Amino acid sequence: MTNYMFIESRDPFESRDARFVEETATALRRRGHNVTVFLVQNGVLASRDNGRDSYLARLAKAGVTLLADDFSLSERGIQLTDMRQDIRPSSIETLVDALVEENTKAIWH
Amino acid sequence: MSEKILTVALMDPPYESANSTTALRIISAALKKGVHVNVFAYEGAVYLPLKDQAPHANPVKGTSVEEEEHPTTKAFVASLFEIGGPLLVWVNCGLCVDERGAGNAVEGVRRGSPADFLKMAEGSTNTLVIPTK
Repeated sequence: MTNYMFIESRDPFESRDARFVEETATALRRRGHNVTVFLVQNGVLASRDNGRDSYLARLAKAGVTLLADDFSLSERGIQLTDMRQDIRPSSIETLVDALVEENTKAIWH
Repeated sequence: MSEKILTVALMDPPYESANSTTALRIISAALKKGVHVNVFAYEGAVYLPLKDQAPHANPVKGTSVEEEEHPTTKAFVASLFEIGGPLLVWVNCGLCVDERGAGNAVEGVRRGSPADFLKMAEGSTNTLVIPTK
């Protein structure tokens, strides 16, 4: 089993290719791997609870862990109370810890 | 592998994309944790440590250079060397540097080639490639 860390920097409302992350992360999870999507930069814009048709709900349902960079959230004025329940605020330090775990593959998108 | 080594490949030039800021944050956090970090700067990213960068005033806000405190990426890169010391290896792609006339880099930056990136990746715990969009 491999740990996969997707770092999603793109706003899914701007970039339809965010679908790449959804499809790949879900497929890897179905194959039994640990999969995390770390939202950063405009990627965190999808974390608002009142957003429609967020692909993040489908990822969470598939068993993918969802984290959002606290710095990026703060820059965009997204408070904890604004966020979907299935996403946890996280930090760049947590991302670094994950990146230097053995048997982890990192994919920036 | 007990020693943790992270290799990061950068391609974005400074002042263009939030990718650069995030990359510098990742590198800084890793160095503070005692992780060895290799950076391979390719294409426009070789401008990140360019010593010729100068902070500027803001005529829209009417602020001076001192008041504006405009952050430059050369200062960020220099601070990474202060934080990490020998933990940080920063290699600028030599051909990319020559094409762009970007040879005047801050102290600590080395010149290399994509072959260095391969060696870095082979010897690392993990490699993060941050492409341009």
